[in-house]
Order: sequence, then C-alpha cells, then structure tokens
Amino acid sequence: MPELSLTVNGKKIQIDVDPSTPVLWVLRDHLNLVGTKFGCGMAQCGACTILLDNVAVRSCMLPVSAVGQRAITSIEGLSANGDHPVQEAWVEQDVAQCGYCQTGQMMSAVALLRRTPNPTDAQIDAAMSGNICRCGTYLRIRKAIHTAAKKQRTI
Amino acid sequence: MAKSYSRRNFLKVSALSGGGMLISFNLLQLSAGAQPADSEPFAPNAYIKISADGSIVLMAPNPEIGQGVKTSLPLIIAEELEVNWQTIQVELAPLHSAMGRQTAGGSGSVRGRYTELRTIGATAREMLVAAAAQTWSVPVTECAAANGEVTHTPTGKKLSYGALAATAATMPVPAKPALKDPTTFKLIGTRITDVDAKKIVTGQPLFGIDTRKEGMLFAMVSRPPAYGKTLGKVDDTAALKVQGVKKVVQIENAVAVLATSTWAAKKGRDALVVQWNDKEKLENTAAHFDSFKKLLDKPSATPPARNDGNVEAAAQQAVKVLDVYYEMPALSHGQMEPLNFYANVQNDKAALYGPTQVPASVRSEVAKKLGIAEADITIASPRQGGGFGRKLMTDNGVEAALISAAAKCPVQVQWTREDDMQNDFYRPAEMWRYRAALSATELLSWHQSGIGIGRGVRGDSYIAGSIANYRAEGQGFASNTPTGWWRAPGANTLAFAAESFMDEICVALKKDPVAFRLAILQQAKQQPVGKLSYDPDKYKSVIDLVVNMSNWNSKKPGIFKGFSTWYSFGSYVAQVVEVQLVKGQPKIVKVYCAVNCGRVINLSGAENQVQGSIVDGIGHAMYPKVTFVNGAVQETNFHAYKMLRMKDAPMDIEVGFVPSEEPPTGLGEPALPPIAAALANALFAATGKRIRKMPFAEQMG
Repeated sequence: MPELSLTVNGKKIQIDVDPSTPVLWVLRDHLNLVGTKFGCGMAQCGACTILLDNVAVRSCMLPVSAVGQRAITSIEGLSANGDHPVQEAWVEQDVAQCGYCQTGQMMSAVALLRRTPNPTDAQIDAAMSGNICRCGTYLRIRKAIHTAAKKQRTI
Repeated sequence: MAKSYSRRNFLKVSALSGGGMLISFNLLQLSAGAQPADSEPFAPNAYIKISADGSIVLMAPNPEIGQGVKTSLPLIIAEELEVNWQTIQVELAPLHSAMGRQTAGGSGSVRGRYTELRTIGATAREMLVAAAAQTWSVPVTECAAANGEVTHTPTGKKLSYGALAATAATMPVPAKPALKDPTTFKLIGTRITDVDAKKIVTGQPLFGIDTRKEGMLFAMVSRPPAYGKTLGKVDDTAALKVQGVKKVVQIENAVAVLATSTWAAKKGRDALVVQWNDKEKLENTAAHFDSFKKLLDKPSATPPARNDGNVEAAAQQAVKVLDVYYEMPALSHGQMEPLNFYANVQNDKAALYGPTQVPASVRSEVAKKLGIAEADITIASPRQGGGFGRKLMTDNGVEAALISAAAKCPVQVQWTREDDMQNDFYRPAEMWRYRAALSATELLSWHQSGIGIGRGVRGDSYIAGSIANYRAEGQGFASNTPTGWWRAPGANTLAFAAESFMDEICVALKKDPVAFRLAILQQAKQQPVGKLSYDPDKYKSVIDLVVNMSNWNSKKPGIFKGFSTWYSFGSYVAQVVEVQLVKGQPKIVKVYCAVNCGRVINLSGAENQVQGSIVDGIGHAMYPKVTFVNGAVQETNFHAYKMLRMKDAPMDIEVGFVPSEEPPTGLGEPALPPIAAALANALFAATGKRIRKMPFAEQMG
C-alpha cells in the first residue's frame, strides 16, 4: 500500500493504509484516536465530525486519500488539557447524557465559532443541524455554544 | 430488625501494589448462611474503597446508558458517607452477585436503590466514626464525620478516612446505621455535573466501540436482509482476498468476517456472496395496518382487561358519539452508538465487555449457548452511547461470544447503522380505536380498544376509576417482525392516544382541558369506580404546577397551547406545549413541564432527563417510522429514518419539580409519554386539524 502523509492534531505522520479507508477509521483503528465516533457511515448524524483546516467535515465518508495537504484536527487535538473554551463550556453546562455524539457536536461548534464568533440562536441552529443528539440535549448545546462564545471574547 | 452481615465479606483488606493498605468496604453482603430477619431480603450492593492514602472510589452498580446513574447512584452513597464529592472517583461496577439488580430499565435504578445505597454509605460512615472514637478513646457521640474526615468535636482533633480505614475494618458492622436527616443533605437535590463530563469532552475511550484488547480482531456480520429469510450458501472466496481479512466464520443464521481493522472487516463483508432463502412469510407494514383496522372493527378477540358499567348502554343515551382511530408506526431505537460487543471465548471461559442494559441476561444466554458455566464468564459494560430499551435484548453480546468461540480469538463485533436498522426489536406498530358517548354536557362512557404487533397492548388512562362506564381491550398480532421495549414502552403510545382523545372530548363538550381533567381526578378521589391505580392528589400536584408555570389561564397573542398529563414508572408529569404559526407552519416555541418524582437526587441530571425525554418524544412523534416491505426495513439509515435536529427542537423547555419528601420514583422515562399528545393538542389549537397518526410531519402537509 502507498504511504500517505497526513497532518493530524499538529503532527506530521506517515501511514500505510488502504487509501479508500475513511478518515474516521484511520483515526480510530490506525492512530488510536477514538474520540471521533461512528454513527451512521453516510454523513447524516455528525458523530464523526472533524476539522479539515478550519472546516467541519464528516470523516466517515472522506477517504483518507482525499485529505491532501489539509490539516486534520480531531477532538483530541482541540487542547492539551481539555481547556478549550468549547470543552469548558460543555462541562459547565453539563451538556451530555450518554455523551456519544458530543465530540462531533463540539467539533461543529468549534468550526462555527471560528467563522462566527458571536452566533445567534438561528446561526447556531443552522450550523448544528448536521449533528444528531438522540438523547435530546440540544437546548444545553445551544447554551454551551453561547457560553463558549463568551469565553472566547474574554481570552 | 436485626440483620446479620458477614464481616468477612463486608470488609476486605489487601495490599496495594504501591505498598499501601487497601481497605475495601465490600458493601453489606449477607453471608451465605445468614437469613435476613425481615420478609424483604436485604440484597446489598456496590462498593466503597477507601485507601490508606485517602483516595476513595465509589462503584456505580448499574449500567450507564445516558440516564445519569453513574453519577446519581454514587451520589447517594457519598451523601451518607460524608465525603468531598470533588475528590472521590467513580467506577462502573462489573456484574457481581453481591450487587443486586444490575439492570438499566423500567426507570428503576435510583428508585430501586435509594434506601439501599443510603444504608451502605451510612454503615461505612459509622464504622469510620467508631474507629476514630476508639483511636482517641472518646465516646462515639463526641465524634462527627464530614468531608472525608472524622472530627472530635470537643477538641477539634481530626483524622482522615484514609488514616482510619485500617482500624475501621476491625469495627463491628452496625446492624441499623442511622440515616441522615434529609434536611441536612449537602449533595442530594443539588446540581452535580456528570462524573464523566471531562472525559467525554476530551474524547477519552469510554464506550464499547472504543474497546481495544490484545490479539483482538474486528468483525462485521452479514445477517438476513429481511425477516423471514435464512442463511443459504456462502461463498467467501472474494472476502478472504480483501487485505486485512483473516477469517470468515458461520454462526447460526449469519456469517462473520474478521479482520485487522473495522474498514477491512466491512470490505470483507461486502465481498461475501451469500444466498438468503425465503423461509417464512415476508411481511408488509401496509398489510399489518389493514389487518389492525379489520380486527378493531370486529368485537375484540380477547376479553376486556377492564370493564366497568356498560359502555353499550351508555351509548344509547348519547347525544353525540366519538369514534376515532389512532395509529403509531414501528420505531427503531436509533441509539447513537451502533451496537457492538467484545468477546474472548477460550478454554471454556468467556470474557465479555460491551453495551448492554442487562449484563446478567447476556451472561446466562452465553452460558446456555456455549455450554460454559456462568462462574466462568465475566462481563462488564462501559459507558453506553444510548439505550432506549434496545439493549434489554441480549443479541449483540451473545452473537459476539458465538463469533469468538467459532473463530477461536478475541473479537470486537461492530454493527453498522444499516445493521442496527434491519436487526432491531422495534417499538410495535399499533392502532387504537377510541369511542366515547357524550351527553350535551357530560362524558358518559369511554371505550378504548388497541392492537399491536407482538404480545399486544394494555394499560388504562386515569379516566379508569373516575367514570361509571369504561372498557379497555387490547390484543396482540402475530408477526415475524420482532418487537421489544422502547423508552416508556406501552405508555409512550397509549398516552398519545388517550390524552389526544381526552382533548377531543373537551373540544366536543366545550370544556377547558385542564378544568375537565381536574374534575375527573376530583371524582376519582371522592368516588372512585373500582380500582384506582394512581394517586389523584399527585396528578393534581403536577397539573397545578404546570398551570402556574405556563399561565395556562391567560391568553397570549399568536400562541396556541396544548395540554397533556401522564403517570408512569411511579412519577407524575404534566406538560403544556406552546406553538406559533410561522408562515402558516407551526413552530414549537416553548414547553412547560411539571414533574412529581419524589425527591430529586441530582437536579442537573434530572432536568436533563426531562428535557431530553421531551425532545425525544417530540422527535419521534414528528418524524421517523419503520416500514417493512417484504420483511425488509425501508428506512435503512438516518437519511430516511428522520431524527429531530436542533433547528426543530423547542427554544425553551421549562422544568419544575413538585417539592417532595418522598423517596425518588422513576425519571428516565416518565416525561416522554405525555408530550406527543400535548403537541398534537397544541397543533389542533393552532390549525384546527386533529392529528391521529404518527409521524405527525406526514400529516401536516
């Protein structure tokens, strides 16, 4: 198999992997970064959301060969100590129930806040509607995004 | 009331690898020979581990599926134990005979364990206090426990629990430890953040899907593409050529492909050539509903579950008769974490690890299927990406064990979403016929008759016990499409039909929906007809609260309201939904919800469960359905099986708890059943259209 060069969470790596493998499974099975979750395999639920450069993408349908030079950020790469404003906001609002979808929710929120630092409820709804939360924590997610926006302003 | 505990089982002293001493309070285990004095056997649970270095680990005995018990159960122990919540650690307990009912279901974890876990914490606390008193040679009454240490009150001397642990282990076990006066609770009733919050937001490996063990292969399984089909010829030539594929094994009615990665296993499975033979009838949803209608139009095939007075005679007196049908489709559970399970079966022993709400049932099923003694099977569950009743079935765990046994290696079986959709135990499709006889001003009779796939439908509205003429009938419908438990099973469909119909009656009689219900409950309290299976005062408590919260009696311009109330799993819930018309389309603005669930343990978790149940109930009333065509589920993934998304969630859900000194009752489910009717009733108020069929979105046009 051809060796691929990737930038994952700020590190350059070389990896031997079937090039058709979705980035989701490269992260989970080959790099042991399991915070990115499998939910549907067809970009419908957002559990697998990562950042490609600064854009939120669904990693379950993205073949690793299509990444090119773009930098991959997974939940593990958000911060060294779990103190990214979005992570802190999620803990403060006690958002999670089962918690499974939340890493994907947070990556979508990070991408939103990078392009829209002070989103309205409508902007949040539009940006977050690619992420399903089966437990129904949407109200707390909205609050947490507002909380994170405030935290970013004070940094 | 003397209870005999085995000291030997209760306390265990062992050396820590770091050189310290580990005192485990193995919680209140009855010795094998001891008989409890009361009729109710005391079946103790959970663990407290206090190390000499002061670290304290509390075990959460029940599976965590998102209902918050990994936080709320140890919280109850911690309250009585008097420890600093910020410094303790919590672990999920593996299946253990000393731990009682280790199940996540029936909204039963907190209500089933409240007194037991308090007693466990209080027992350990009293032994630590006794150890301090002995150390200081002072009376126990001069010593007090708080914040993980014991203080000698007259002198202010202190000893930490860690320092006391070794001595505490030698103290007599109190037969009846004193429980705290609830007015002195420091933790119970406050807002406590989920114990795994930090791990969740940093993507730590918490879930079954994250399991990685030495020598393990990943497996994907080819299962029948439709109900009624069985495994025929298998050609695995191409599958075995896929890079990374190591083995292909057949088990019962399926074929598993084992590989070095999930993706290789999936590619291998896709490369299998499998012949599936038609063995049974291939069923269709449309035919199910046609049959339901025909059967409901005939006299019920089964005798009524309840039959008060005479509904036919009442109908003779009627000025008006209502006669309507409600329909609910089959639903999948759609928990976000697709099923998976790890199994390592070797040398007549099995190690199992994965998502299940019923670890004891998985173990006994595996023992039966593989002929392994239960004592030789270990099983534990990680944190789980949702349950909703799906994992009350044991199939994912049993299948993994069969695959590991056949392949002779440790295996992590991973399901795809499509696998989950086609191989679920669905909420049964149901149809209900509701009839009422009305005079010009009064409800004379209520007659409900339901039918559903599988074992059948049952249950009553609170109208039963308040009205002279009442009949409830329910029947099952044989099918090879499997059914199971889906959050608030039974109640979630019955409450939709019954509380929508109640609203139809109010409209027909021109009565206020709240005043009408309060009159029913008043009647039930003062002059019950036959058996009353609820407490009218508790119903009234939630109705009164939600009326106040929502200003029910005042009109708001452009706002249309719907009301509903339901009792389930020991708890009472009343809800008001407010909708607005935006460009002619209804939009949910706000939901008010009042709950009487006894004492609230963790206010943050409780509120989250209630809000989540409401969003869950709205979503599943509005959007998804499972349709069988020739035994195959048409909605194969979330593109077709529509889940509620953030843009369609209410902007606000206000939750109020009725203050209560009573022990906690269920909370993972009770807020779900009433919401579909509250929404349908609000939609009727807004549009004049009565929605009697789920999913609502298809009816709204």
